[in-house]
Amino acid sequence: MSLLDYLLPYDFSPLTVLSYMLVMGFYGIGLLRMPDQDRPGALRIFAFTLGVLICYAVMQTRFDYYAQYMFFVHRGQHLILHHIGPILIALSNPLPVMRFWFEKISPGWKRTLRPLGWFYQVLQQPFIALFLFVGLIYFWLWPSIHFDAMLSRDLYWVMNWSMLLDGLLFWWLIFDPRPPAITSSLGYGRRMLVLAAAGVLQMFLGAWIVFSRDMVYDVYEVCGRAWPLDPEVDQLLGGMLTYIPPAMMSILGILLMLRRAMHQDGKYTNQSKQLEETAS
Amino acid sequence: MRTRFWRQRNKIISATLTLIASLLLTGCLGNDAEDWNGKNISGLMPELEFDLINSRGESVSGDDYSGRVRMLFFGFTSCPDVCPTALQKLNQATSGLDPKLQDEVLTLFVSVDPKRDTPERLAKYVDFFGDNIVGLTGKEPQLRELAKRYRTTFGYDEPDPDGNYAVSHSSAIYVFDREGNPRLLMRPNLSREEIRHDLVALIEEDS
Repeated sequence: MSLLDYLLPYDFSPLTVLSYMLVMGFYGIGLLRMPDQDRPGALRIFAFTLGVLICYAVMQTRFDYYAQYMFFVHRGQHLILHHIGPILIALSNPLPVMRFWFEKISPGWKRTLRPLGWFYQVLQQPFIALFLFVGLIYFWLWPSIHFDAMLSRDLYWVMNWSMLLDGLLFWWLIFDPRPPAITSSLGYGRRMLVLAAAGVLQMFLGAWIVFSRDMVYDVYEVCGRAWPLDPEVDQLLGGMLTYIPPAMMSILGILLMLRRAMHQDGKYTNQSKQLEETAS
Repeated sequence: MRTRFWRQRNKIISATLTLIASLLLTGCLGNDAEDWNGKNISGLMPELEFDLINSRGESVSGDDYSGRVRMLFFGFTSCPDVCPTALQKLNQATSGLDPKLQDEVLTLFVSVDPKRDTPERLAKYVDFFGDNIVGLTGKEPQLRELAKRYRTTFGYDEPDPDGNYAVSHSSAIYVFDREGNPRLLMRPNLSREEIRHDLVALIEEDS
């Protein structure tokens, strides 16, 4: 197989390619047109591009073929779509670019789009966000649903897109750069609680897969593997990818939030105190 | 970018919700009027369609065998265990049917090893497993296309010094009804009685 075969999609999805092109197009044009002082630095642009690229790579290159016929590669795919890619995108803080485009939307459109904003607010309630984040992992890994999702092309695409979009929502809620003391973003304590709960719930599932003696996901057995790997090894590796990296990412997320909380501790309250003092 | 994302997400979320709702409303997972032994795959896969050559070297398509219940199976003639066992089981299942029903079922054996499996070799092989079986093969891209359509794959091992190599392939039997709609996915560990039960139910469904 030539290099091109590895880079071209296994299962070409025009909608997916178009979505990624639009995202990168809007991001790039936004960067070029926005005022210099708002523009994110090189590292942030790199993080955003890398996040988008790895998500694209696992959906629209040869990687997707292996993800369809190997359980552990499939778990790796979801690790990128639901965790690593969205984490990079959220940490890159694309807010200035989004704000730039938001200001370009006409007031009429803003009014019609308002219900979407409400819907977004509902989805970003910490409990709902946690439920969606962990619930989707459990849902798609429920053995009978997983079997169907791997057999049906439509369900497979719904699965991967739902993981990616939910990953973006969740990690944006967690890594929202706006300080909660002065904006409506979620407080650091709650963010850490949500991360801890998500970590523990994913560890349960991962541990269950790792320590299962039977074949839980036999669809790869029935439909043939990409190469002859021992089914138990495949399941063990897949279980470990569900178990360890997500738990580590929860902990890293908590540490990051602690750092931010300590950094900002007293910053805004002192300011308001100073304001009070000067006022009196 | 934002709105694009939102619209996309809305679509997916509503699709997911519809999916969950329909799973709940239809009395949940896998409950069906008929008590199938195979796994019900109605609606999960596209209808039977292919573009291959038969064991006489003629090109054939899915329509050439329509009107019968069809069992699609991927394999290769040098296969040491999975294929002969499965084909023998299918033969036993169909030959145990009422003679009137026997012609209503057809097994389609697709060899994914076109390098070694010439039409002649394929003809000899399938004849051994009864009358209602057709051997099919094609060029590798045609076979890849069909395998992809049914969400399966195959691969070749490195050949040994004698030039023999193993081929990994799906072990499942895909069952299509008379109209060519995908209906059941049978795992090879089903007994011939269980397979026969499902076949009879499918044959009698609309005759």
